[in-house]
Amino acid sequence: MSSHVLRFTTAGNVDDGKSTLIGRLLVETEGAFVDQIEGARRENERRGGKGIDFSLLTDGLKAEREQGITIDVAYRYFATPKRKFIIADAPGHEQYTRNLVTSASNADLAVILVDARNGIMTQTRRHAFIAHLLGIRYFIIAINKMDLVDYLQERYEEIRKDFVDFINRLGGAESVCIPISALEGDFVTEPSTRMPWYTGPKLIEILESVNVDEQLDQGAFRFPIQLVSRPPASPELPDFRGYMGRVASGSIRVGDRVVVLPSGARTRVTGIVTRDGPLEEAFVRQSVTLTLADDLDISRGDLIASETQPPQARTEFRAILCWMSEKRLHLNHRYVLRHTTRSIRAIVNEIDYRLDVNTLERQSPVSELETNDIGQVRIKTLQPIVCDPYKVNRQTGGFIILDETNDTVAAGMIQP
Amino acid sequence: MTKDWTHLRELESESIYILREVVAQFRNPVLLYSIGKDSSVLVHLARKAFYPGPLPFPFLHVDTGYKFPEMLKFREEFTKEIGARLIVHRNEDAIAAGAHPLKLGVARCCGALKTAALLSALEKYQFDAAIGGARREEERSRAKERVFSLRDSFGQWDPRRQRPELWNLYSGAIHEGESMRVFPLSNWTERDIWDYIVQENIKVVPLYYAKERLVVNRNGMLIPADNTVHLKQGEVPEKMWVRFRTLGCMPCTGAVASEATTLEQIAAEMVSAKISERSTRIIDHGANTMEDKKREGYF
Repeated sequence: MSSHVLRFTTAGNVDDGKSTLIGRLLVETEGAFVDQIEGARRENERRGGKGIDFSLLTDGLKAEREQGITIDVAYRYFATPKRKFIIADAPGHEQYTRNLVTSASNADLAVILVDARNGIMTQTRRHAFIAHLLGIRYFIIAINKMDLVDYLQERYEEIRKDFVDFINRLGGAESVCIPISALEGDFVTEPSTRMPWYTGPKLIEILESVNVDEQLDQGAFRFPIQLVSRPPASPELPDFRGYMGRVASGSIRVGDRVVVLPSGARTRVTGIVTRDGPLEEAFVRQSVTLTLADDLDISRGDLIASETQPPQARTEFRAILCWMSEKRLHLNHRYVLRHTTRSIRAIVNEIDYRLDVNTLERQSPVSELETNDIGQVRIKTLQPIVCDPYKVNRQTGGFIILDETNDTVAAGMIQP
Repeated sequence: MTKDWTHLRELESESIYILREVVAQFRNPVLLYSIGKDSSVLVHLARKAFYPGPLPFPFLHVDTGYKFPEMLKFREEFTKEIGARLIVHRNEDAIAAGAHPLKLGVARCCGALKTAALLSALEKYQFDAAIGGARREEERSRAKERVFSLRDSFGQWDPRRQRPELWNLYSGAIHEGESMRVFPLSNWTERDIWDYIVQENIKVVPLYYAKERLVVNRNGMLIPADNTVHLKQGEVPEKMWVRFRTLGCMPCTGAVASEATTLEQIAAEMVSAKISERSTRIIDHGANTMEDKKREGYF
């Protein structure tokens, strides 16, 4: 069964027509309102343009509209009768790799825009690579501006082959290609008569039907504890103790045996409490409160997991880091690592290599990572973190690093 | 995944997770209660999040003195019914000085009655996190807002200093004097809000329902014609079937023509709505935009 909400990210070069595509999706699914569209038209005319510049609908900040660029990740919403869509729109500029990392972290699918005139550029590959690194396994390659190459099938096929090869090399990902013109509207939400050689689904149909859920759905049960619920004693609740959280993966039934980590204590689930009544079973993404058979010393940051498929508790591990700060990575410097609902002291004690995202080449030895660098490092933590490899579970395998100024300086993905 | 999982359940579950993160990470959070539909949903979600325990934070209402009487009545009855601790804060000096949008201009009036009042309340009660019902879909500068949005010691928003938010890791780490605004409804649209209100049968202020009301047409906006409107020359109030899509201050909130008298009819109206809800709010018009107001500390 496919999810009712699809979170996807869009990536492409500066002039690949990303804003135009998003603008069109919003307008044609009525995710944008008449006054907003009218505002974008007036603003464009004031600057001497003609008609609607869809990008004016999506670029939110003054500096962006003035400079005609997108600075920050923007979130957009639209819905069809089949699904609700959340777009995390990442800017295409070279210096904003961190925005793509951010937007991809919560996305299940990436729409990669390619200008049919230019074909696959270095940046296009880099975007796909980063999206894949962040765990995206579904790619839609939208070969845009087909109107500017006379809707030629040869051109489309050439780019398609090139890109599918690249995605296949990344491993474990599915991809589908579609020729569109975001400006003219071919195959976005409307059919097109200008490319009779393309008989596949329209972009909106792909978005509506893709199934992205299986991994977390069928994974082992993971439940990071956010808070312990201990309401004041009352006649109805003389001694209630529950554990609040959101199921990160898998599912749990009343009566199931579980292990609480990092302590390793074993117990049984006695109840799944919600204000809408007790549940027999809770599934991935559900926010619930669990009660357990034994009185254990459990607090925020602990994790309740499947007894038969427990995660690992580790104090030393390798991770891929995306360095986001202007301040460089300092080896052996004390940072704070935020992972699930836990914050712990950590140091990075070695850099294995830095990745050249253009050539996918591993560079070593390296002594530092700076803004927008991606590399594999070794990390030591003061207390154990209870985790899975990122490839298996994005919720229990991803973490962020804060420095002493509370800035988020890096995003990390735990390696097996 | 459970069979009855829907996009509303997904949004609900995400918002509950965010609300719990606020309580886990902050010393003294507060819920900014505006009495409107988004606040009603937010409160409903908070009650679910902390069940079977009580609400772990008070409500703060910034009262400009221009709120509709129906709103104040609803506020009193509703907070009493659910046993919430309510703090009402007003910029009494500005109110006594007769602040009015026609006198000060909308930007300065909002600045005094809303922004300054909010910042002084946060300061007075030492709240380190303020939970609000703003949604990214409402307005384009809000589309870039974080779920955990950092404010400096002056309560101001710097879009360039916002932290990247990855996965569901919301960082509430702040320094002395800084504070956080938190938006658990970030991913909801107006339509989601109404669909959820119908699904959960949530109480909202009667002003959202259509009724024959006295309004005056000012620059194409239907402004309620009561004693706060300060009629201009040539303006004649007329009776019309209208309802409010958003609730703000009386002189600055436009009504929309409507005959929707039930929640279902309102939700159905949303499906075919062509105009954004913020278009009925004078604050969003003119040179001083939402982005400017947010920078100054507005919600």
